[in-house]
Amino acid sequence: MKKITYIIFFIFFNLSISHSAGSKIDIPKYDWSWKGFFGTYDRSAAQRGFKVYKEVCSGCHSMNLLSYRNLEELGFNEDQIKVIASDYLIEDGPNDEGDMFEREALPSDRFANPYPNNNAARAANNGAYPPDLSLIVKARPKGADYIHSLLLGYNEAPGDFNVPEGMWYNKYMEGHLIAMPSPLSDGAIDYDDGTEPTLNQLSSDVTTFLAWAAEPSLENRKKLGIKVLLFLLVLFILTYISKERIWRDIKH
Amino acid sequence: MSSKDPHGYKKTLSSPYTGVKGWIDSRLPLIRMMEAEYLKFPVPKSLNYFWSFGGIAMFCLIGLILSGIFLGMHYKPSAAEAFNSVERIMRDVKFGWLVRYLHMNLASFFFIAVYIHIFRALYFGSYKAPRELVFIFGMLMFFLMMGTAFLGYTLPWGQMSYWGATVITNLFSAIPIVGDAILTTLLGDFNVSDATVNRFYVLHWLLAFAIVGLVVFHVITLHMTGSNNPTGMEPQNWDETLSFHPYMTIKDTKAMVLFFMLVAFVLFFYPNIMGHSDNYIRANSMVTPAHIVPEWYFLPFYAILRAIPDKLGGVLAMFGSIALVGLLPWLDTSKVRSCLYRPIWRICILLFALDFFVLMYMGAKPAEGIYVIISRVGTAYWFLFFLVLAPLVGYLETPRQPLTISNFLRDKKALN
Amino acid sequence: MSEQNTQRRDFIKLASMTLGGVGAASLAIPFISSMQPGKDALALASTEIDLSPIPEGQSLTVIWRGKPVFIRHRLNEEIQSAKETKLEDLKDAQEDSSRVLQDKWLVVLGVCTHLGCVPLGQKSTDAKGDYGGWFCPCHGSHYDTSGRIRKGPAPTNLDVPPYTFLSENKIKIG
Repeated sequence: MKKITYIIFFIFFNLSISHSAGSKIDIPKYDWSWKGFFGTYDRSAAQRGFKVYKEVCSGCHSMNLLSYRNLEELGFNEDQIKVIASDYLIEDGPNDEGDMFEREALPSDRFANPYPNNNAARAANNGAYPPDLSLIVKARPKGADYIHSLLLGYNEAPGDFNVPEGMWYNKYMEGHLIAMPSPLSDGAIDYDDGTEPTLNQLSSDVTTFLAWAAEPSLENRKKLGIKVLLFLLVLFILTYISKERIWRDIKH
Repeated sequence: MSSKDPHGYKKTLSSPYTGVKGWIDSRLPLIRMMEAEYLKFPVPKSLNYFWSFGGIAMFCLIGLILSGIFLGMHYKPSAAEAFNSVERIMRDVKFGWLVRYLHMNLASFFFIAVYIHIFRALYFGSYKAPRELVFIFGMLMFFLMMGTAFLGYTLPWGQMSYWGATVITNLFSAIPIVGDAILTTLLGDFNVSDATVNRFYVLHWLLAFAIVGLVVFHVITLHMTGSNNPTGMEPQNWDETLSFHPYMTIKDTKAMVLFFMLVAFVLFFYPNIMGHSDNYIRANSMVTPAHIVPEWYFLPFYAILRAIPDKLGGVLAMFGSIALVGLLPWLDTSKVRSCLYRPIWRICILLFALDFFVLMYMGAKPAEGIYVIISRVGTAYWFLFFLVLAPLVGYLETPRQPLTISNFLRDKKALN
Repeated sequence: MSEQNTQRRDFIKLASMTLGGVGAASLAIPFISSMQPGKDALALASTEIDLSPIPEGQSLTVIWRGKPVFIRHRLNEEIQSAKETKLEDLKDAQEDSSRVLQDKWLVVLGVCTHLGCVPLGQKSTDAKGDYGGWFCPCHGSHYDTSGRIRKGPAPTNLDVPPYTFLSENKIKIG
């Protein structure tokens, strides 16, 4: 049995080193509220992060896998969500006359897209397509640490580094060139709850929001996971004793 | 009917049971078969926990099929809808995240269980006569598993799905003359497209059930010969065997619970650890991800593919490396089964296992510099192992006299 | 082996079997739950409707949970006849007042209670049946101006979906 345990661990060890292939840029690690066995998303941070997304990111980035109704999981109530949704116009139709028309978004609608289609998004951004942010935290190696670092990584380019027109230097971007200008800065928006809107705060809040958006089932998953592991542990102890007892009479 | 029945075609409706059980069993002898094959079936006393992995693999397969059925009720196999339908499962379907992560992670754990199972067969010589067919059916299943896993990985329609499918299907274009025609027929288009994901979905189901069919043959052939054991010696008398139930059932259950604890740990706390983040980006036929890497269980074979500088050669080497495993019963010339009594072959096999991991590591690294050289050495050893070492070591080596099961167990007990 | 020992062994075996069985069976919970309507379907389970564009004597068909809902702005004589119908004439006795929130608005599920067809009667050109309400073309059920079954094979009245008035001219179904 020991040998088998070694083999399985060796497989995982091998997996983890082979996965670290690629980037040479060191991404700092941060302590996120949702890490660990009992981690949950910090609701107030995520709510503030939604405000950052709404007022800054959503100008260019869509989040088309989310609906306004999902905000309920962040602690917004039904009326607040209706108000948030009604700020957006959604194309609907055709009506009885056969025409498409615009209406206020409902909680059941997906987040409104800033551009009518991908080509329009590209055209408006010098040919660089602003990626959809619904899954961005899961779609990047190092996830939340990377997003947070990236937002903080707009440093002065080193003297010998050539930054072409329409590009910006970013310490944590692969190749150090990014088409998105620094989106956040100290005091970029005001928070309703009086939190100081420093760059670091804005960035970590929006990262929390994006992490939730990418994996909304995380809290349920971990809660159920604890129960399942405890159950299996008890079952293992019982099968262990049963095995010993059943095999006790076997003479070797 | 005439009174003569020289070939014994006429079956009599009789059964060792009475009542409803007897009524059914006399018409459908399933109950007596199950009792003979699963309750009373004699197995060698000396089996260790390596022998639990066949059962573990079977339960992985059952879990995959069950979760697959329920995923299939929500998944939409089209280029336009596939990615979003998977995300709908993750977000809107009740317990959808659980069913999806279960399917995703069980696939990896199925491979872990099967790799350990195959290693056991190699180490203790389970492939040798009279169990050649057990082994061949097993390797066929492994081959179909790789196909099923590849097809399944295409379905979420992320970037890795798309480019993995593109790279692997392009292997067929290596075939001279008809390669391109085969490729477009396979894809149903000139690139991986809507038509491709639709048929891959159907074939994913088909292969999954083909594996179930092969499990039946694997088990039938196994139950003709009975299990091998660490000594590689057949049981000499009934004292060296135990009934399958309760001895093996409880032992396998214990191992299985431990294994599924590991599955649960990964599933609930690190569900994406064996996946690749690029697969959470919707497929884009215009942009290839910077590092395209197959799923971990393909890495050793991917390394072999890349180690050969010629396109067709690489493809042949990759498929050949798997086919050679299936030929081992005839390539290995030794009369002794278990590695415990074959000192030289034991080293060869342990090196082979190490080679597997080295190639796995190389498969994840970019094909450049030192990695290419190591991949080539690893590939060379793979073929050397089967084509030269297996026949030669069996011929030259002087094995020790294997212990009988009773003596083996006595010595083991004395050691403890 | 002592008798006590045997009993304990049996208990442990029984406990592991029971627990294992419970574990395997509870796997059915996520699988079966996944077959139920998802959160997206549930989010569409309520609809808000503006009644102001419906003139007296006209009807509107809206969709709720994928089924048609008939909203009828009833004429005075329709309300009258619905109210004056004697309960003993009805197959499924129900007062008109228990089927509406406001007399002039009748809101019913447009699904025949016989076998699920959609009855005619929404358009002014449709056959409305012998009782001036709706008529199901599948097997000839006649409904009155309160959506109650009067003639034909349907066993019960047209269902009234759960709805509330949000304001004078706005209702929320579901």
